[in-house]
Amino acid sequence: MSAFLTLMRRDLRLALREGGTTGTALGFFLVVVAILPLGLGPDLKLLARLAPGLLWIALLLSALLSLDRLFHNDAEDGSLETLAMGPLPLEAVAAAKALAHWLTTCLPLVVAAPLMAVLLNLPIEAFGPLVLTMAVGSPALSFLGAIGASLTLGLRRGGPLLALLVLPLYVPVLIFGVTALTTAMRDGDMLSPPFLILLALSLAAGALAPIASAAALRANFT
Amino acid sequence: MQRFANPTKFMSLADAILPWMIALAASLFAVGLYLAFFVAPADYQQGETVRIMFIHVPSAWLAMMGYSLIALSSIGSLIWRHPLADVAAKAALPIGASFTLLALVTGALWGKPMWGAYWVWDARLTSVLILFLLYIGLIALWQAIEDPSRAGRVAAILAIVGFVNVPIIKFSVDWWNTLHQGASVIRLDGPSIHPSILIPLLVMTAAFTTLYFVLVLIAMKTEILRRRVSALQSARAGGAQASAVAAE
Repeated sequence: MSAFLTLMRRDLRLALREGGTTGTALGFFLVVVAILPLGLGPDLKLLARLAPGLLWIALLLSALLSLDRLFHNDAEDGSLETLAMGPLPLEAVAAAKALAHWLTTCLPLVVAAPLMAVLLNLPIEAFGPLVLTMAVGSPALSFLGAIGASLTLGLRRGGPLLALLVLPLYVPVLIFGVTALTTAMRDGDMLSPPFLILLALSLAAGALAPIASAAALRANFT
Repeated sequence: MQRFANPTKFMSLADAILPWMIALAASLFAVGLYLAFFVAPADYQQGETVRIMFIHVPSAWLAMMGYSLIALSSIGSLIWRHPLADVAAKAALPIGASFTLLALVTGALWGKPMWGAYWVWDARLTSVLILFLLYIGLIALWQAIEDPSRAGRVAAILAIVGFVNVPIIKFSVDWWNTLHQGASVIRLDGPSIHPSILIPLLVMTAAFTTLYFVLVLIAMKTEILRRRVSALQSARAGGAQASAVAAE
């Protein structure tokens, strides 16, 4: 457990000192949300109706952005192979890195989401459910994304391929995230079935995705 | 299964059964197409468009069976390092993707006169579209990685992860209240289709399935030959390099 935490702390410190990861994701989130009304027209009623889906799509795309760096640097300088030979199982390494990705990329996006929601005229009562559904659903994005990151590790056109592989896997999170949000907005019921399924998706991804991710990393070593 | 692990044995076996399978597919298609176009009656509501089902249903079945076979082969290649499982998982990809596209396109052509739209975002259609995207992603992954053994293992992992989608497709019509109709052939209380439509449908499904296996066997043979050629080429290049070094 201490090795797990040490690794996570190392990844967090690297992300903080290198800078850019969180800022780029936040900037991308803002840009996506800002160009949507330009394409859809400035009709505030229409934007308010579309806002839950638009915000979730913007979250998906922004979370995707930094995924290709998840294992990249460690694979380049050989520390990933050192980690693989260490006492910590590779599954736990993948989980620690996915959690660090969630803390450095997804969590700031979730915190910033109400600001973006203002741009799309989402009613202010919906801000709580928005943050809550995104906080519960976004861990699945990091863990599923870790599978894609390890599958495309070291490929020349890894970035676009990563998006092609990971976005279909994100579809259930998107569907249940938006449904949970709109249900909470309509009925005021936070613990609706879609919300519970969203929670289940995150828990299942957290438990199972590191296994697939570690298997893909091992395929890269030999 | 391990008995067929030898690609040479597989090649001679495939050569022996392929002519028979091609003949079987051709005769099943002859019977099935005749039944579908001349014997099966037009539906009293759908009219002649019901005949699209004779292409649509077998394609959709192959889209899902094809993916399940790829997932099974992927398990075989990951666990037992079965060399043919790897070849099968790769060879079946474009074929499965084609049948998935065929199911989507025929469904859209049927949907326009019947539902009034080529495409609706119902659970069955959406999940099959995601299946198509998974096929595309797997093909792209195979193409992006040069080393075939690494590509095989990486693609196998993705194929197994993506298998989650297959039960979702199968049960989407039960779990969600969809526009797409529920199961009507494989049901506990027997098929709910009249025999005059059911029999042509079953014959067409058998014909499509035989065609699928013919295509997969040919694609597997091609893939094995392609790997042999590239192995020979790299051996030759290595040999040329070695003699060039020796000459210096």
